[in-house]
Amino acid sequence: MAHVDRIADPWGTRTPYAPGTPWPQRVDMHLAEGVAPQDVDRWVQTASILHSNGDALDIAVKDGRVVGVRGRAVDRVNRGRVDVKDLFGWQANGSRDRLTRPLVRVDGELVETDWDTAMERVVSRTKELLAEQGASAVGFYTTGQLFAEEYYTLGVIAHGGLGTNHVDGNTRLCTATAAAALKESFACDGQPGSFADIDHADVIALFGNNMAETQSVTWMRVLDRLAGDDPPAVVCVDPRLTPVARAATVHLAPRLGTNVALMNGLLHEVLANGWVDREYVDAHTVGFEELEKAVREYPPDVVERICDVPAARIREAARLLGTAERLTSTVLQGFYQSHQATAAAVQVNNLHLVRGMLGRPGCGLLQMNGQPSAQNTRECGADGDLPAFRNWSNDAHVQDLARVWNVDPMDIPHYSPPTHVMQMVRYVEEGSIRMMWVTGTNPAVSLPELARIRSVLSQERLFLVVQDLFLTETAQLADVVLPAATWGEKTGTFTNADRTVHLSEKAVDPPGEARADLDILVDFAHRMDLRDKDGQPLVKWHDPESAFEAWKECTRGRPCDYTGLTYAKLRGGSGIPWPCDDEHPDGTERLYADGRFFAHPDVCESYGRDLVTGAPVEPTEYKAMNPQGRAVIKAARYLPPHEVPSEDFPLQLATGRTVYHFHTRTKTGRAPELASAAPDVWVEVSEHDADAFGLAEGDLTEVSTPRGSVRARVRVSGIRAGVLFLPFHYGYWDTPGGHEPDGQGRAANELTITEWDPASKQPIFKTAAAAIRLVERADGTASPAPTTTASSPVRASLPPTRGPRTVVEHVLEEAR
Amino acid sequence: MKIGLALRELHRSEDDLGHELLQVADRHRVDHEIFHVAQDLARWSQQHVREIAAVAGRYGEDLDPEPHGMPSLAKRALERSAELVGRTSTADLLLLRDLRGLYLKAAGVSVDWELVAQAAQGIRHTDLLGLAQRCHPETVRQMKWANGKLKESATQALVS
Repeated sequence: MAHVDRIADPWGTRTPYAPGTPWPQRVDMHLAEGVAPQDVDRWVQTASILHSNGDALDIAVKDGRVVGVRGRAVDRVNRGRVDVKDLFGWQANGSRDRLTRPLVRVDGELVETDWDTAMERVVSRTKELLAEQGASAVGFYTTGQLFAEEYYTLGVIAHGGLGTNHVDGNTRLCTATAAAALKESFACDGQPGSFADIDHADVIALFGNNMAETQSVTWMRVLDRLAGDDPPAVVCVDPRLTPVARAATVHLAPRLGTNVALMNGLLHEVLANGWVDREYVDAHTVGFEELEKAVREYPPDVVERICDVPAARIREAARLLGTAERLTSTVLQGFYQSHQATAAAVQVNNLHLVRGMLGRPGCGLLQMNGQPSAQNTRECGADGDLPAFRNWSNDAHVQDLARVWNVDPMDIPHYSPPTHVMQMVRYVEEGSIRMMWVTGTNPAVSLPELARIRSVLSQERLFLVVQDLFLTETAQLADVVLPAATWGEKTGTFTNADRTVHLSEKAVDPPGEARADLDILVDFAHRMDLRDKDGQPLVKWHDPESAFEAWKECTRGRPCDYTGLTYAKLRGGSGIPWPCDDEHPDGTERLYADGRFFAHPDVCESYGRDLVTGAPVEPTEYKAMNPQGRAVIKAARYLPPHEVPSEDFPLQLATGRTVYHFHTRTKTGRAPELASAAPDVWVEVSEHDADAFGLAEGDLTEVSTPRGSVRARVRVSGIRAGVLFLPFHYGYWDTPGGHEPDGQGRAANELTITEWDPASKQPIFKTAAAAIRLVERADGTASPAPTTTASSPVRASLPPTRGPRTVVEHVLEEAR
Repeated sequence: MKIGLALRELHRSEDDLGHELLQVADRHRVDHEIFHVAQDLARWSQQHVREIAAVAGRYGEDLDPEPHGMPSLAKRALERSAELVGRTSTADLLLLRDLRGLYLKAAGVSVDWELVAQAAQGIRHTDLLGLAQRCHPETVRQMKWANGKLKESATQALVS
């Protein structure tokens, strides 16, 4: 047992292990000052809500308050480890500025009121709009942080009750492309692999995935493999010198917006060298000839010119990928938030398909998620999909859903795919959506081109409802604010990136009159008097467990079958990956063993889309192409990004995360250790550009794009030349501006372009053309960028980022 | 032989489609997906125009390899009108009209490719057939895009 500073070392103590052996357990714990483990009244089971890893935790409760967290050693995902955000982030629950009463706007000001008044406002406006215009006037925009029970209820209310097609989640911003890529290749969402594949892999490839900061516990697993016997080789694709890149065997740092060209170059080499499992390709896939034809145009020397990556290094990476015996690949925002997002992510699927590397230990493919319950948003029908992976363009699926809900199929809008958030913003802008209900997210900081978003959300003709924990930037623009309970204050389940379902139990009461999101939604359904076709209440459940039972029924027989799970089964043990049913009572670690897919035309969740135009593939086309339900190999040609550097904007801008913060810092900004580890926005500049523009560590600069500017202090980092990086966490709630810049902006999204991938509809945050200029020389202080992560300085010798030594790590010897 | 005639018509209709895609992009620059994708798709038509011109000589036609772009003055005027129209309730109806127009134009080009492909088979000109086989699928994708966007936008535009 040791006391460690996990701000200084976010990944903690190594527990090396060899391939094929279990990952040793290490239990991490952090308790409030003055609280010892024996003082804790009870430990309450939950999992992480601050990233998509789904690490299982216990909440420490003392005197009715949350006083700390501890990892759950038995869990398959984290084996007791806890991410630095989770170690400290729980403190936000107890913040003094939590919302405790509903607010309504009166004469331009938000004033406190009671629940009846607030809900009546919401209900009467909804009814007015339904009468005047119909359901097309109402949109819902939710989060990646609610529980499955809540998303499902929201989906039932919106799709089956009101009949609106305008429902999306902010997982659109982080993992819509994961879902789209899986649907393109396997015709179904849901991770093929498992985090446990890291235990077996001989090559691990991370495509645009700075796992060290986005899923730090999974990165600990990789680090422990690297420290053990017979370590895997690591391939990293990232324009920044991330901790992943530093640990990599081969690091490729392509020009922004050229991922498809790079992937085609790697596939070119794999095919040209005959590293193809022809038997697998012939038996289990369609479309290989298209890929052969397409990648022929991308030999390494051509790709070198497009991506500015040495041809020799492309060959080296391709050799590792092509000769791996157990290849595990992961993909995240470097691909998902960049140009040709889906096309690039699909090429990683293609790599695994042509190499026959799916469904076996170590042969995993992880199209990662960014948010803790992104998977639930997608499964439950709250993120541009119908519940339980039903296909909106398959009439039989819509009829089946209508049966589950006991409504008429015509009551469920399915004339086109559910409206994605960027399109909803457009409908608000032109005035056809007149009410938006935002739950647990903060579009006024997280969507692209903030000046536009602020002007759209503050329109007089929009009725904006915001349900959240704090008066976020978005809540400040609302007409009605509903105070919500959060993690630790309510019960529900959520599903991580590798399909593992965890139960999260209520540990303490929410503050004041704050209510669980589920309770708010059920209350709304009752006040609206939503009914099924027999006149019974549409929402027939009343608490988390009954909602979970209803959701399970909806998943019966679908790929994401939850019917084998119960709260009792999840309680006490560890998370369980779906499908979990009579056939798989202990869950399913890997999908698609033996090349069996959920891709048959009658079963599949999606017929796919054109990767360039985004046009949906017609059912008849899909049936003709893939009558037997094989995996689909979909080729894509490289297209140049839509905004390229110019004389005025000679650089490219990427935005992204740091290990210390989550989303718009609503919670992590209120945890003192996390706030002080990364207190303010910074800009990363390469050594080359620092020299070219005469910039040094700590200089105050103005970073601008055609849409706006922000001020940030310079960190000269290992980022590739020509690229600037801004962390996207910083908004205005803790500045005098409140919800907008007070003079100078600091939110990265002031600068980002309004554009999205046509197939996944995910906004593109990583290819804007940008400029940087000096405002003021450094006054001796360094930039606020952490020294411990991708932003670590390459020139200056700076005081290292530090925190207190208050985290206890306990490596369990019996497991070693 | 009247293949030259068919090629001339195809060249005209492709050039027209490319030009229309650019105009629609500019008219709807506040509709960002339309704006970006229409420009990408215009590039396909422009490339087709060049390739048709390159083979046309063999069939006695002297066709301009340069697709016509947009005069910059007209472009600026369109930008302004896009911003003004962007927040009115008729913007969505204009979009429907434009997508409908694009769909019909692309369908016309598709038919022209059919004709050229049929002729090329008749005279066993594999180069010309290859050209049709390369380009025609892109025309069909342009059509499907217009149709898909039309389906996606129609309900909101017509019922709200």
